[in-house]
Amino acid sequence: MNVMEILRSSLRGMTSNPMRSVLTLLGVLIGVGSVILLVGVGAGSAKAVSDQIDSLGTTTLTVRSGSGGGIRFQDLTTGVADALQESVDAGDATALIAVVPEVTSSQTITAGTESTTAQIIGTTANYFDVTSSKVAQGTAFTANDLTQSRRVVVIGAELATTLFGSQGDTDYVDPVGQTVVIGSTPYLVNGVMAAKDSTGTESTNNVLVVPLTRVQQSIAGYGNLFSIVLQATDADAVDMAEAEATTVINTALKIESTDDATYTISNQSQLLAASTSTASTFSAMLAAVAGISLLVGGIGVTNIMLVTVTERTREIGIRKALGATRGAILGQFLTEATLLSLLGGALGVLGAVIGSQFEILGVKPAIVGSSVVLALGVSIGIGVFFGGYPAFRAAKMRPVDALRHE
Amino acid sequence: MTASTRPPVLELRGIHKVYGEGEGEVRAVDGVDLVVETGEFVAVMGASGSGKSTMMNILGCLDVPTEGTYRLDGTDVSTLSEKQLSAVRNRSIGFIFQSFNLIPSMSARANVELPMLYAGVGAGERRDRAQAALELVGLAPRAGHRPNQLSGGQQQRVAVARSLVNAPALILADEPTGNLDSHSTEEVLDVFERLGTMGRTIVLITHEPDVAARTRRVVRMRDGRIMSDGPSAPSHGGYGAHSEDVA
Repeated sequence: MNVMEILRSSLRGMTSNPMRSVLTLLGVLIGVGSVILLVGVGAGSAKAVSDQIDSLGTTTLTVRSGSGGGIRFQDLTTGVADALQESVDAGDATALIAVVPEVTSSQTITAGTESTTAQIIGTTANYFDVTSSKVAQGTAFTANDLTQSRRVVVIGAELATTLFGSQGDTDYVDPVGQTVVIGSTPYLVNGVMAAKDSTGTESTNNVLVVPLTRVQQSIAGYGNLFSIVLQATDADAVDMAEAEATTVINTALKIESTDDATYTISNQSQLLAASTSTASTFSAMLAAVAGISLLVGGIGVTNIMLVTVTERTREIGIRKALGATRGAILGQFLTEATLLSLLGGALGVLGAVIGSQFEILGVKPAIVGSSVVLALGVSIGIGVFFGGYPAFRAAKMRPVDALRHE
Repeated sequence: MTASTRPPVLELRGIHKVYGEGEGEVRAVDGVDLVVETGEFVAVMGASGSGKSTMMNILGCLDVPTEGTYRLDGTDVSTLSEKQLSAVRNRSIGFIFQSFNLIPSMSARANVELPMLYAGVGAGERRDRAQAALELVGLAPRAGHRPNQLSGGQQQRVAVARSLVNAPALILADEPTGNLDSHSTEEVLDVFERLGTMGRTIVLITHEPDVAARTRRVVRMRDGRIMSDGPSAPSHGGYGAHSEDVA
């Protein structure tokens, strides 16, 4: 009996009870499909998180005052920012290319009849480049605006909507060129920033970006900075940039040892590492759930294979009486089981690929190659073993006993 | 006679088949000696429990005797491996069962092709030989039908065709008419008679005297032993005339 004939008789076996074959296929299909898809959802969400962090820029570092629970003797001042800027300008800090000081203050903002509370960020003109904040309408403010401490602002997307309505509304007003009032001082709206993904609890879109000098003059005073954002030359230079910044700040604040530091420097790659580990825990959980469904599918296949072989013991007896060898019987049932699980597995992969074109739980699944191989391998393994074992026993039966089977 | 130059088709010496042990021991076959020469048409008769079905299983290499030697076409079957036994069942024996034992999912022709499939015959030749065998039993036009689309008599004739295709040394029929009405019985017995006259060696197991009467030699069994062995009694006008007495 050659391969083609074994294949043909297996196909005949499968089509002789289509309902049972379809149910078997379905068990494998759902098991394999859900493993691939759920692992894909896990991988997709991990990718989404890392994309989001990437978009913030992995080359930026943030200096904030205060260390974990320590008493703050000194704080970040404009002096520290100036010292950093000087070392960049002088070429001492080779890994740093930009220094962006920030002061923040929460204020009531009024425009016409609309009024709301928003976060004011006083900063320098290179803020927009370094923090990847795109100006969607109008323009950012310039270094000249900063030195002149002009009363100009660039507002966040959410704040723009609150104050001026969203584009398409009947009462929408183009914010650029309008006036907003902070406290009692009017400011000219220079531009509106594109909406940014929010990374934490603080909204990054309900903000006004104002020249640092202006904020210090009329709102926050010349006290401490909220933070200093530093930009390294590239992602590999982040550690070196941190070391250079530490040296400069320690000198400026007269700190002897890093252990006494009254500030912390954090970078995006630390954030990335933390988020990645969270995402991989999530993926592992999803994979475990999917694995259980594959197992349940496998048990279903096993059950159906056992019933199939038991039900066809008489057929096995007939075939043996007509001269079928053990190998021929085993080959037929093994091929049948393998074909069923292979077909079910392939349909499961197909289903998962189609399913991954859609968003699931707000995540676009990313198919992971190893999960496809694993799920297919396990399903075929289950089919072959649990289909093959009863077939092996039946093939070993004495023909007279198999024939007597009803 | 040419028969003396070649070994008998069947040669049984001191065959015993014992089921169970101790108190529950059943001696289904208890010391049988039997020789069947080429071209004989033999009926093995006996009531149920006489051991004739066990004999059939032993003759067909479906079961092995507890004791004794069985030579089929000159070969001592007890010395054969599992694989060689499969080949013997495939090429040397053609089975016909009481319950037909056709595979329900396959057409009549596919059923007839099955023994050739296991013998490794190519697809084209299988088809031709199956068609020829079906023609011999008068079922060529029904080759594409499935067993459940055929009457009992037709199914049994398909089974007869299946038993013939590998030109076996022995055709072994176990109560071939047991599940058939009188008309179908007549159909099937006609086919057997024709095979008998063609020189086929046939062993037919039955408990019906009218069926046995159509053969040329009758072996009677009781309690696992052979009670008598001789030419069949002349028929009193065929099966049809006696069908009511049998019921």
